[in-house]
Amino acid sequence: MTAKIVIQGVEKSFGPKRVLDGVDLAVNKGESVVIIGGSGSGKSVTLKCILGILRADAGTITVDGEDVTHIRGSKRDTYLRKFGMLFQGGALFDSLPVWENVAFGLIQGRGVKRGEARDIAIDKLAKVGLGSEVANLSPAELSGGMQKRVGLARAIAADPEIIFFDEPTTGLDPIMADVINDLIASTVKDLGVTALSITHDMASARKISNRIAMLYKGRIIWEGPTENIDSSGNPYVDQFIKGSAEGPIKMEVRR
Amino acid sequence: MNFLASIGRVFLSFLAGTGRLSVFAGQAVSHIVRPPFYLPLVGQQMLRIGYFSLPVVGLTAFFTGAVLCLQIFIGGNRYGAEVFVPQIVVLGIVRELGPVIAGLMLAGRVSAAIAAEIGTMRVTEQIDALTTLSTNPMKYLVVPRLVAAVISLPFLVAVADSIGVLGGYVVGTQSLGFNGAVYMKNTMDFVTNGDILSGLIKAGAFGFIIALMGCYHGFNSKGGAQGVGAATTSAVVSASILILAANYLMTSLLFSE
Repeated sequence: MTAKIVIQGVEKSFGPKRVLDGVDLAVNKGESVVIIGGSGSGKSVTLKCILGILRADAGTITVDGEDVTHIRGSKRDTYLRKFGMLFQGGALFDSLPVWENVAFGLIQGRGVKRGEARDIAIDKLAKVGLGSEVANLSPAELSGGMQKRVGLARAIAADPEIIFFDEPTTGLDPIMADVINDLIASTVKDLGVTALSITHDMASARKISNRIAMLYKGRIIWEGPTENIDSSGNPYVDQFIKGSAEGPIKMEVRR
Repeated sequence: MNFLASIGRVFLSFLAGTGRLSVFAGQAVSHIVRPPFYLPLVGQQMLRIGYFSLPVVGLTAFFTGAVLCLQIFIGGNRYGAEVFVPQIVVLGIVRELGPVIAGLMLAGRVSAAIAAEIGTMRVTEQIDALTTLSTNPMKYLVVPRLVAAVISLPFLVAVADSIGVLGGYVVGTQSLGFNGAVYMKNTMDFVTNGDILSGLIKAGAFGFIIALMGCYHGFNSKGGAQGVGAATTSAVVSASILILAANYLMTSLLFSE
């Protein structure tokens, strides 16, 4: 059986800066994988390469056995229907009310009628613990945690097969972060979707994943089941999960 | 050596920028004719670009017509040519000043707004979010603004032409002693459909420039608030310069008999 998402030898540079230097990763169907790594290690770029927002310089990306490395145009629009994505800052459309944000992919991407899409949106909002009273508010009127939840509702609105979570807990207080983690874990379990997340929040990574991969300097340097993360024997991983300044990972700080 | 290298760098980056802009414009135009179409968005943009610009365009056109009338009267007075004031005012307004003044005002008002809005959407990942929701940002954001601007500008310029002539009429009859009926008759007899049409054709082109510059700079903005600010400035400056350059080019093409 081939995995749902297979990334092989993907490289990506921005000018002279090499961000991805041969990333290899496979995500099986129904699995929840978290990529951990420091800021600037290429986590977001990896996700954007899979989505076709950025184009890999080398290597291949296959999803459901289809090579999508260079997909574009209307084929990409069709391909992206498999995906839901929760963006780091929510990335809600501030010109539209909350319910239209949630229903956007249904109305614009699939031509669902507005009335029907609104009902689905309110249903999805309920799934993330938001009542119908927020449906007509504008995203700017919501708190950060509520925006994240609306973002999550939008990601699951069109019943995707694969969901990406980009730093789902960044910028939230610890309690709200845990609420979001629970929501993600239960969503992934209930919907049976394949999930790929990126985070540097270890509490979140432990809670939402079956498997963890660590990205460092554009390569996956360790991957294994979540329960093995504490006994990885990898000094980079150990330093990262302890959050220590001392270790093989040197921050580029000018003194 | 270093000096030459820096000239070369500037020149190369200019060429690269021109190329990027051409590709962007080509993509945008090709998306206009391919479905899906977002007609309600075109209407919404026409309201924003066209309707809400009426006050500012009307006011500037009025004062431009007024001052044009005054200057031509003062200048023409030196050798007794003040009777031609209505003819010169209407010609100046419909051929040049109406389209250019309206274009420049909208470069400030509309290019800036478009660049700021799309730029903010870029830096807050809303454009990436559109893509992941199977919606092409070119079609959803750029095409409606381009189409709305190209349709709205000729109407705005038609209004600017009328109000500009009115400005001249008010000054001419109220302070320069022209007879109202004679002023109007001279104006209407002199101006031709070709004069008016040339101005409206220019207006359509200016609309394209205004929306394109706003969208292009917004799409390519980087960083946070500062990046959006820089994009807004670039949009207004480049739209204004391109409008003036295109105006010269189109005048020399349209009136080259």
